[in-house]
Amino acid sequence: MDLTPLWLSLRVATLATVLTTVLGVAGAYALARARFPGRGLVEAIASLPIVLPPTVLGYYLLVTIGRNSPIGRAWEAVVGQPLVFTWQAAVLAAAVASLPFCLRAARAAIAAVDPAYEEAARVAGVAGWRLAFTVTLPLASRGIIAGISLAFARALGDFGTTIMVAGNIPGRTQTMPIAVYDRVQAFDYATAGTLAAVLAAVAIVVLLAVRWLERSAL
Amino acid sequence: MSPAAAGPGIEVDVHAEVGAFHLDARFEVGGGTTVLFGPSGAGKTRTLRLLAGLDTPVRGRIAVGGRVLYDHAAELVVPAHERHVGMVFQQPLLLPHRTARANVALAVRDGDRHTRREVAEHWLRRVEAVGFADRRPAALSGGQQQRVALARALAGDPALLLLDEPFSALDLPVRRRLRTLVRELVEASGVPTLFVTHDPDEVTALADRVVLADHGSITRLVTPAEAIRHLGATG
Repeated sequence: MDLTPLWLSLRVATLATVLTTVLGVAGAYALARARFPGRGLVEAIASLPIVLPPTVLGYYLLVTIGRNSPIGRAWEAVVGQPLVFTWQAAVLAAAVASLPFCLRAARAAIAAVDPAYEEAARVAGVAGWRLAFTVTLPLASRGIIAGISLAFARALGDFGTTIMVAGNIPGRTQTMPIAVYDRVQAFDYATAGTLAAVLAAVAIVVLLAVRWLERSAL
Repeated sequence: MSPAAAGPGIEVDVHAEVGAFHLDARFEVGGGTTVLFGPSGAGKTRTLRLLAGLDTPVRGRIAVGGRVLYDHAAELVVPAHERHVGMVFQQPLLLPHRTARANVALAVRDGDRHTRREVAEHWLRRVEAVGFADRRPAALSGGQQQRVALARALAGDPALLLLDEPFSALDLPVRRRLRTLVRELVEASGVPTLFVTHDPDEVTALADRVVLADHGSITRLVTPAEAIRHLGATG
């Protein structure tokens, strides 16, 4: 059986999760600890991917990174080919779709850190980045790991957003969920069933690994 | 009537407001241990927080050893992490994911990894806690955790030591031992120390002088004996 969709899905989901983790945790930290105007609006926009239908999200993303958009043109100028309908676009789609899951979980975890620990560290001379990385984020690590794992699961399972901006190109942008859909459309239920089972098995392994990670954190 | 201020001094003259609570702290004291004494809610902890830079007064001035930490008129507010203050809170507030040694090393301001570790070991030895340097806070008793917190406060080479009822959650025998330890450390280090308590025993055991705290007024400088008499008169 051709496992290309599986490897592609894992690569896309992993890279998307890296993007999501960096942006999500940084955003969560800012939302939980900084006071700035428009905070509510930023949070609402960052949470949009949860409430919007994936196709609508994909549509907006397509408009944002399409060949005629500033981002699309800049990408094409640098890389030499359009961003849309590539596996990189699939990474972007999965990252955008999974961002709020990481952001919201991390934000809640950071907000729940007792500020007294940060105060004690500040008096001890720890501030800025060092405070975030030695005090706040480690104390919130359980919730952050939960958020990252949710984001990975969401990225691995994304269908609607990915198909809008990356299409369904076998071997290039056809991830597992899209391959399952593709096989069902072709009445190839045997392959669809196998792919679905493999994806489910991978998801279970990932969730078990995360459970173990969460337990070993703190 | 005020006991003589000797050595590097603490100068406080601030007004602070937290909601409906108004606080006036005004005292000038020298080295050794000054106890802030009074009932809960009188503004003792708040005063330490103003000195540490965790809260900001509405107006006034704070200086320690001649270095100005806050001056409203000059629009000067030195942030908490640059004040070189060592503070022990009622709770140990040690980082649960770090060993006792790493918790203390966090407060060492200068030097490479190795030096920080050595300084941390030194202070852990001084507070008689070097035996559990490799343990995480969860594996330590309350008294052991406060020893580590005390080492952390001293490891940053502080110009001022603030102790906010650090032993109130501990058993009496442990409390007595730690009191003696604080007394010795303050005398040996020469760091001017403010010790908050509402326990008359701690006044007797530790105070070189006392500032009475009463309904947001932290202004009356008295001798330890006067403080105890004052307690008898009002309590």
